[in-house]
Amino acid sequence: MTELSLYVLDIVQNSITADASRIDVNLVERLGTLTFEVKDNGRGMSAEMAEKVTDPFTTSRTTRRVGLGLPFLKLAAEQTGGSLELSSELGVGTSLSALFQTEHIDMVPLGDFAGTVVTLIQGAPDIRFVIKRGRDDKEYTLDTDELREVLGGDVPLNEPDVLTWINDYVTENELSL
Amino acid sequence: MKSLEELKAIREKTRGQMHLRKEDGPDNTRIVVGMATCGIAAGARPVLAAAVEQVSRRSLEHVAVTQTGCIGVCRLEPIVEVYVPGSEKVTYVDMNPEKMEKVIAEHIVNGRIVTEYTIGANE
Repeated sequence: MTELSLYVLDIVQNSITADASRIDVNLVERLGTLTFEVKDNGRGMSAEMAEKVTDPFTTSRTTRRVGLGLPFLKLAAEQTGGSLELSSELGVGTSLSALFQTEHIDMVPLGDFAGTVVTLIQGAPDIRFVIKRGRDDKEYTLDTDELREVLGGDVPLNEPDVLTWINDYVTENELSL
Repeated sequence: MKSLEELKAIREKTRGQMHLRKEDGPDNTRIVVGMATCGIAAGARPVLAAAVEQVSRRSLEHVAVTQTGCIGVCRLEPIVEVYVPGSEKVTYVDMNPEKMEKVIAEHIVNGRIVTEYTIGANE
């Protein structure tokens, strides 16, 4: 994939599929490294499954025997000299952390992060996303529960005007990092 | 800078119209975009964004845009399925934002299937 933001979109979809009600996404760039972390409270998986999910011939889907999301992320991280770690517990949730060396020539650019955030919220407007972005000593957070509080129950987060606001909010904050 | 005040204004503006939009209504047309690894890698994200934008801009009240996982024909992604009540499902393949706009104008608004973009024309 051509953008780190597309990997983020793909990997967070796993948490949505696992029926998480809260998903924390951290994307922090500091001292030549970028750390991408996802933590969810979805259904989790067994130690045996967690051990082999980065193998392309392992998948939870039933339509086919291959799953490329996590293998792609692992490859993207490792080709910069970074790594991927994943831990999971059945009934509790899954956490993963991918480390990238941003100065490496094979580092994928971040791309349209706002587009990824909007796509996630459009597809799963009832999930609580807590998204933290940081670069060096600057950071910003988007917590969908705070937005929900302002919108007060009668306007859903996937309302087009709200999605446009979220897109602009993330775009502006990205520029300020 | 975007502020929560603006979001409050959106709430005031939108809440009155919410009863018009019945997202899960049986009379709704559904536009479903495949958003698994295959779809994302092939460019589904801007296709979905184009669908959301067009539906909003044209104020199409009985049209819902949703996402799904892998539709099963990964080499033809991005794939978009259109469900019009009372009609057979139409599957559009190898989509991009421009094609999505055309599908909304022709199929969703005017009721004419864009045959050249369908999976039947591609196979």
